[in-house]
Amino acid sequence: MLGKDRRGKARSAAGAIRRGGAGTGGAGRSGPGTVAEYAQLAESARRPRPLARNAAAAFLVGGLICAAGQGALAYWLSRGFAKDLAVGLTAATMVVLSAVLTGLGIYDAIGQFGGMGSAIPITGFANSIVSPALESKREGFILGVGAKMFTIAGPVIVYGLLTAVVMAVLRMALRT
Amino acid sequence: MTATGKPGARNRVGRQTLRFPSRPVIISTGTAVGPREGQGPLGTGFDVVKKDTLFGEKSWEHAESHLLLEAAGAAVRKCGLTYADLDLMFAGDLLNQIVASSFAARELDVPFVGLYAACSTMAESLALSALFVDAGYAARALACSSSHHDSAERQYRYPTEFGAQRAPTSQWTVTGAGAAIVAAVGDGPVITHATLGRVLDFGIKDPNDMGSAMAPAAVQTILQHFQDTGFGPRDYDLVATGDLAEVGQSIAALLLKEAGLDLAGRYTDCGLLIYDRSNQDVQAGGSGCGCSAVVFCAHLMRRLLNRELGRLLLVSTGALLSPTTYQQGDSIPCIAHAVTVERAGPAPSPRGPCPAAGGGAMLR
Repeated sequence: MLGKDRRGKARSAAGAIRRGGAGTGGAGRSGPGTVAEYAQLAESARRPRPLARNAAAAFLVGGLICAAGQGALAYWLSRGFAKDLAVGLTAATMVVLSAVLTGLGIYDAIGQFGGMGSAIPITGFANSIVSPALESKREGFILGVGAKMFTIAGPVIVYGLLTAVVMAVLRMALRT
Repeated sequence: MTATGKPGARNRVGRQTLRFPSRPVIISTGTAVGPREGQGPLGTGFDVVKKDTLFGEKSWEHAESHLLLEAAGAAVRKCGLTYADLDLMFAGDLLNQIVASSFAARELDVPFVGLYAACSTMAESLALSALFVDAGYAARALACSSSHHDSAERQYRYPTEFGAQRAPTSQWTVTGAGAAIVAAVGDGPVITHATLGRVLDFGIKDPNDMGSAMAPAAVQTILQHFQDTGFGPRDYDLVATGDLAEVGQSIAALLLKEAGLDLAGRYTDCGLLIYDRSNQDVQAGGSGCGCSAVVFCAHLMRRLLNRELGRLLLVSTGALLSPTTYQQGDSIPCIAHAVTVERAGPAPSPRGPCPAAGGGAMLR
């Protein structure tokens, strides 16, 4: 944003502050004009999310998690499990690993560094269930852990199931 | 003070400012903080620095009460008093039903007034303590406030162990509590004025950017304070907002300049002072009730006592949202309260308020 434009917006916001909000007869709530201008002023003051850095970190962390998953799969296959069973065991391994890292207070640091790279894999899903469960265990197993365990993962499960149902119906419809 | 009071309210000046003719004294302050605050640039100035964030308590909420008790205990101990010497206690925090404060008050056996003003609580509690002392309803009042990073995360955002990436505009809630004893007589800096803010909403909805949301409220209270009192910008050695942090402080500085109040390097923000943002992973800076509480009660008080500061305006800023309101798409109403703290001296400050160059005229 141009410096001059920014100054103009700041001046107009300052005027609105002196009038006590703007356009609504001195009430503390601002009029739509002021809200739009102030939003632009605030936007110009924000440091943008470092997209390139975040993408690189997500790629690295997500890739490492997937590589670990691949390692786990290779291990279970080498132990003589059939492929479909080995895939299930791999998912379970990664969930347990994530739960342990969450309990040790490490996964949130990985999340801060890796962003979506650690949120999207199954380990992120496990973290989203274990973290509220840990946090609410002080409120007991019913009203705490039981009720709050799915506060973050709940929507994922609900809309995941919904999407699966819609896709299944579509598939059936297209087959006939 | 030169400004005259209102008819029917002789100690009220201008639209929003109270003056305290008896100049209530801050005789003692105490602070207790968590490890991250202890590692920050102000770390050596706090009375109690904890090694972990749970302090052997069974929950974050209890941990926050624990901090408040330690801060209050330090304040009382440092001036050789006991809790029985306190007539009143004003306290508030960010938790539902302000439980950190009331659970701490349960241990103290002091008449208790609970406050909710979000992160502006420290200035509000100082203002109310000064008011009660000045009016003769208390000889000594305890003004205090607390926040805890983990209890606040739980209250407002995600479980503490959830691996979400924080936005660069987000702020780190200070784990800390500050307490100040305001008395009718004693040695220490004095509270001369308080400007109680109006609630202002400039339409910001992002709970990860409270600095932008609160900046207009801070600016309004500061402008109103200068207009009401007739102080000029040079009458203050420092104006410190509570927790606007990087984004909000830069907006507030710009708005103040555009409004014609040039504080020329004498404006700072407690949210910028408490952490070393380049080395501590706190994004835009500090926030929470504890932010202005510990920065004022430790760092700024020390500077007043050292005579580095003659007169200070502490402007604690609060975002009056709840998780329900932002989930329902509401914008964030904000407030700021200001208190004037002067170092006590045998003679009034040589650069006393000068109405000829007063802010009132300039702001009109």
